[in-house]
Amino acid sequence: MFDPASHVLRCEMTNMAACSVEELLAKAEQEEAEKLKSISVQKELDLEFDVGNLLACDKNRIESRDFREQRKEDFLRALARDNTQLLINEIWKLPTERIAEVIVAKLPEQTTRLPREKPPPKPRPPTRWEQFAKLKGIQNKKKTNLVWDETAKEWRRRWGYKRANDNTKDWLVEVPETADPNEDQFARRTKAKKERVAKNELNRLKNIARAQKIKTPGVGLLPKAQQSKDELAKAVNVAKTSTASVGRFQDRLPKEKPPKNSGKKRKFEPLIGDFSTEKKKQLELLKLMSSKTPKLDITKAVNTQMRQEDREEAAARRRKGAGGKGRKGSMAGRGKGKGGKGKGGKAGGGGKRRGKPGKH
Amino acid sequence: MTQLDGIVKPKTKRSKRFLESRAPKLIEDVRSTMIMKGGNTSQTITTALKDIYSLKKPNAVLYKKKNITRPFEDSTSLEFFSKKTDCSLFLFGSHNKKRPNNFIFGRMFDFHVLDMFELGIEKFVSLSEIKTSKFPEGTKPLLVFAGEVFDTDNEYKRLKSLLIDFFRGPTVSAVRLAGLEHVLHFTALEGKIYMRSYRCLLKKSGCRTPRIELEEIGPSFDFVMRRTHLASDDLYKLAHKQPKALKPKKKKNISHDVFGTTFGRVHMQKQDLSKLQTRKMKGLRKRKGEVVEEGHEGQEPKVAKVES
Repeated sequence: MFDPASHVLRCEMTNMAACSVEELLAKAEQEEAEKLKSISVQKELDLEFDVGNLLACDKNRIESRDFREQRKEDFLRALARDNTQLLINEIWKLPTERIAEVIVAKLPEQTTRLPREKPPPKPRPPTRWEQFAKLKGIQNKKKTNLVWDETAKEWRRRWGYKRANDNTKDWLVEVPETADPNEDQFARRTKAKKERVAKNELNRLKNIARAQKIKTPGVGLLPKAQQSKDELAKAVNVAKTSTASVGRFQDRLPKEKPPKNSGKKRKFEPLIGDFSTEKKKQLELLKLMSSKTPKLDITKAVNTQMRQEDREEAAARRRKGAGGKGRKGSMAGRGKGKGGKGKGGKAGGGGKRRGKPGKH
Repeated sequence: MTQLDGIVKPKTKRSKRFLESRAPKLIEDVRSTMIMKGGNTSQTITTALKDIYSLKKPNAVLYKKKNITRPFEDSTSLEFFSKKTDCSLFLFGSHNKKRPNNFIFGRMFDFHVLDMFELGIEKFVSLSEIKTSKFPEGTKPLLVFAGEVFDTDNEYKRLKSLLIDFFRGPTVSAVRLAGLEHVLHFTALEGKIYMRSYRCLLKKSGCRTPRIELEEIGPSFDFVMRRTHLASDDLYKLAHKQPKALKPKKKKNISHDVFGTTFGRVHMQKQDLSKLQTRKMKGLRKRKGEVVEEGHEGQEPKVAKVES
């Protein structure tokens, strides 16, 4: 059954097949290279890309000889084509997505830093109340916007137009025993409300002025129900200086005291005259400067001390509050509470004292 | 309270919205451009300004009347207009004997001039002179800068930054690949800056990435640099300052090595080994009887309590 001729033939066939595979591979490679040739560009230096901005920078030297030899427009177009091709190649590498039948490439973050149009927004400076609340450790309580109105039998806003339990809208007001029977109690309430609104507005403006570091004129007198002695004295002073000559020719009452805190007038030493006082002053100043121990401003020191204590107390209270919350769930809170006591000894003591009357 | 008149409190919701739109923002809007002409303009300048306007269209304002001002001598009027229209980029065109066909590109920071570049037009071909099909309005262009001067010379560096700012259009997170139609090419060569605008034709290349063919559509300019006004380094740095909120937050306890591998520590709760499920075997199975007995023992004292 063995047929040598057929065996040889088979061998040849396999040989041929091997040849064709190699050829095919080479051919395919060549084809691919040709394909890539149309989209690949040779450059001495690689371009810098910022694909987020669709930007490419070509740092290569441009040969001015080429530029002169060729026609200008053609040269520029050829250069632009090469660079654009490289940029497009880079963009086509990005991950794509199909959104509404359109192929979209996701752009990365921009790398080129450009200046801003306007400076970054500043945080709003805290109001006077916010500063105080922070110092004392007062935290906002969330209140519901709507409250139940007993008389109207419906839910109403807590404040503002058509608010619940509006005392200026009462149809009947009891006249207090101490009040003047002829006084209109309704008018009194509306007036009080209006004054509170005005005061709030003033505070708002003051906060703005403080934030902008503008000097506000000292407000002479605010409307008040009851004026204290100091305020009355201030009112008298304001009235006295409110003349055309700024109170220069106003007479003083026999036992009247000079106004307090009315500002100082600058006074200068005479240019020539007694030098001994000047010498004394200078020597004192030198002594103060050369002394190692700093001069103690008692009021300032006391104030800073008080502030410090307040702040510590507030911090301790806050820490304690957080600990209490934790304790509800587990016993892990106990360690925390102890730590707090150890740190602010005074604050902890205060808490204890407050705790005792509740227990007894 | 006369001193407080400068602070405006909006009285209506509408004016409040308007003021908010003008206020500085964390992530800024697209810069808008004002395009205006000076006291005297040539035909070249007028058409050139119009062409630039059509390139920039949705984010630009074209001023119709002439404004007799010289930005390099006194920029206050420009600053006023910038504040009025909320534009932070400007293009000013003028023409006189000393500086014929003059363009001034500039940008503002906080409504004050940051930098300005005076570019003289040597040659200009307008958009309408080249009769080809153009690209749709508002296309985000591909920007290409060529020439080593753009990286070596300080003035050119700034000019490049300004031109990027001027022409880049809105910042987007994604682009439609077929919509990349417009290429702006800037070439700095032999002291001149060639600005060319091409339409980009995507041809089949046999692989995924297309082959590019370019077709000039205009406007094209040959610029020469004239006067410049660069911001001081301090101001330039200040203008680049990034707000804290935009900076990427550092994640604690995570590190990377040279190869980009992330290292971190994973914290696990202690495993309860008593509940560990081991191999089930007949011999280890709990017996029903034992459990019952235990229960009896537990109940006994209770009963005793009731009796006493």
